[in-house]
Amino acid sequence: MDLTSTLKSSIDKLNEQFPGKIADIYQSSGDTFVRVDADTIVDISRYLKEELRFVYLSDVFGTDRYQSDDRFEVVYNLISLRDRDRLFVKVWLNEESPEVDSVTSVWKAANWFEREVYDMFGIRFRNHPDHRRIYMPEDYSYYPLRKEFPLLGIPGSIELPSTTPESE
Amino acid sequence: MGLESALGEGYFTSRVDTLVNWARSNAAWPMPMGLACCAIEMMAFAGPRYDVSRFGSEVFRFSPRQSDVMIVAGWCSYKMSHAIRRIWDQMPDPKWCIAMGACASTGGMHRCYGVVQGVDNFLPVDAYISGCPPRPDAVIHALMKIQEKIRTEHSVTLDT
Repeated sequence: MDLTSTLKSSIDKLNEQFPGKIADIYQSSGDTFVRVDADTIVDISRYLKEELRFVYLSDVFGTDRYQSDDRFEVVYNLISLRDRDRLFVKVWLNEESPEVDSVTSVWKAANWFEREVYDMFGIRFRNHPDHRRIYMPEDYSYYPLRKEFPLLGIPGSIELPSTTPESE
Repeated sequence: MGLESALGEGYFTSRVDTLVNWARSNAAWPMPMGLACCAIEMMAFAGPRYDVSRFGSEVFRFSPRQSDVMIVAGWCSYKMSHAIRRIWDQMPDPKWCIAMGACASTGGMHRCYGVVQGVDNFLPVDAYISGCPPRPDAVIHALMKIQEKIRTEHSVTLDT
């Protein structure tokens, strides 16, 4: 599939600006993916937003690449409203301490997205302004979208309400 | 003019229980606990086409203090279960509960860690409705079952 001219020039500029930090560029299902070095994600994000006009962070999600070397992946779904381009930026993180810098300083929208990724996969985001779980109870001790987590959850791990009213 | 003239002088015997149950069963005001798509069918159940006011249940009360039947319509997450139980506890006795649809009854297709696998895990459910979502007639059927239950209950006299 052909890249749009704007997307092609964006990727060329990205390559030029961050030599050696772009690990992989490929296309799949009609979308363009760029895998970058996890340590430079904030710089790359800021460049993408301010220079290449990817102003809209549509989504951030995690992936569990179970039994692969770098087990976790964080994917940033970026949209350039000016050029009508969509770009997926990925970083790979290791299994022992999955940690990456937060991009909330670039896109404010990343706040809740990163909380969701943390909630579901246990990936930590450095310098996140509000690093809490977003869906599961705050005292929950598992990460439900990890591959080893059972489908029906851990029995008894989330409290059900008491069936006797407090007054009785 | 009224019934009296047709019947003439006379009297009628019944039990207080029967009278109270008759009144209660025909004024079972629902507490709409609409959590998902079942709530749309629950609205149709109250609307003019299915017209549940024929059974005295047209008054959807959004205050638990004024309602008698809680209709749990939709899938219930663990976080929501606490709110539902709280509202249930706020409803005055006597009260009844309908688990509407597959999700409220068993968890349905949401067979996962975040959804309670049936609201009967924390609520005393009187009637379960199958379907995904159930047709409004099925909800009326459940309501009629509850009416039947109310009419055979001991309300004033002690059940000894």
